[in-house]
Amino acid sequence: MIELAAVRKKYPTRKGPVPVLDGVDLTVRPGERLGIIGRNGAGKSTLVRMISGAERPDSGTVFRSMSVSWPIAFAGGFQGTLTGVDNVRFICRIYGVDPEAKLGFVEDFAEIGRYMKEPLKTYSSGMRARLAFAISMAVEFDCFLIDEVVAVGDDRFRQKCEQELFEKRRDRAMIIVSHSHNFIRHHCERIALLNAGRLTFFDDVDEAYRAYADQSSSIVN
Amino acid sequence: MSEIREAQIFAPTTLAQSWAIQRRVTWALLLREILTRYGRHNIGFLWLFVEPMLFTLGVTAIWTAFKSAHASSLPIIGFGITGYSCVLVWRNMPNRCVNAVAPNLALLYHRNVKVLDVFMSRILLEAAGASISFTVLSLLYIGIGWLAPPEDILLMALGWVMLIWFGAGLAILLGALAEQSDTVEKLWHPLVYLLFPLSGAGFLVDAFPKQIQDWLLLLPMVHGVECVRDGYFGSHFVAHYSIAYMVAWNLGLTLLGLAQTRKISRTVAPQ
Repeated sequence: MIELAAVRKKYPTRKGPVPVLDGVDLTVRPGERLGIIGRNGAGKSTLVRMISGAERPDSGTVFRSMSVSWPIAFAGGFQGTLTGVDNVRFICRIYGVDPEAKLGFVEDFAEIGRYMKEPLKTYSSGMRARLAFAISMAVEFDCFLIDEVVAVGDDRFRQKCEQELFEKRRDRAMIIVSHSHNFIRHHCERIALLNAGRLTFFDDVDEAYRAYADQSSSIVN
Repeated sequence: MSEIREAQIFAPTTLAQSWAIQRRVTWALLLREILTRYGRHNIGFLWLFVEPMLFTLGVTAIWTAFKSAHASSLPIIGFGITGYSCVLVWRNMPNRCVNAVAPNLALLYHRNVKVLDVFMSRILLEAAGASISFTVLSLLYIGIGWLAPPEDILLMALGWVMLIWFGAGLAILLGALAEQSDTVEKLWHPLVYLLFPLSGAGFLVDAFPKQIQDWLLLLPMVHGVECVRDGYFGSHFVAHYSIAYMVAWNLGLTLLGLAQTRKISRTVAPQ
């Protein structure tokens, strides 16, 4: 279970603080698939960071009784001068997983062959993304955070990722942030629309997108 | 399924669990730091202490060449090794912690990695490098008979630990302050240049008149160097230091450093 209660977060700007989250309440149960939608800059990624514990709220509480992943396929923590193998070992050590037991899996899954032993700065962006996804699957969590990805590699590799994440781990909770209508429709059973720092929940995807469209047009006018 | 669910990280952990997490995160960061800094080329991580050793050797050689400047029966090699090793301790830790956060911001996405962990791993690495360098150099010179073994090894260790603590406290405070203001880095480097000649590395407090001694002894690192030398070759000179004074400074720096780290941890946004 993940519970956020009255979570608020402001960021400082030159013209004073901007409230990004303004009293967010959210509960995610084991196995639940929640989609988060909202316009650019609405605070979706901030919300994901609050849920993951990477960042702390100004006020309010975040409670987790399940393990929560880092954002899937996130490659920001990689060190360019280290090899793929070094980066796998680092992540495994942080999470208390035996690196040697996972190296084989990551090597097979990422399909980057001999580049596993080369520094990451020599990788193409596709290779980087594949390694990042494979490492994300090396550590098991009760809840996976998915912040705008899954466009990893070619069609075949994308299929492999979807299978690994959504089929093999269909019993896990997932929190999915995406601008892709189809992706949300396909994978989520509940939608949360983030607008003006608050969440509105919908059980029906179409209804959620109607509210999203209304909100967008009212801003254009 | 159970065998692949080994990484259950629940929110409220017991003290023992927290300690286990702390150990493995610090260890992971430490290994990453070693690989990033020294790589796998030529002598690899041996640079950790070969680098400070070369520095100390160079400075000791220069001081030995100017031996006549110190009119005394002082073991000049011991003087050089202790002096420069002590500088390495309090200078390098802050150097490594200033601007340590920004390049590692992305790591904060891994919940158990905190700003303080980034500092701690770098501090531990510097402490290890300086300690190994000091030990190896001492053993080397003792081995070839140019240096007598320390007279009171525990007293020497006490001074050394005090200096490491001082360096660590200073490093945490400056590292955390630097995250808030770029000015800290700009000011720290000139400050090191000014502090180096005053830090006790190149002189004995006893060589000065009482009035100047009092001023010099305001600097906490002077107490540390004097203590290390008292343990090493204390029968050759009169040492001036107060462990209590150093403890007070160290405690103050540590508290301020931890408070500032906590403050920036609330505002630091991972990227």
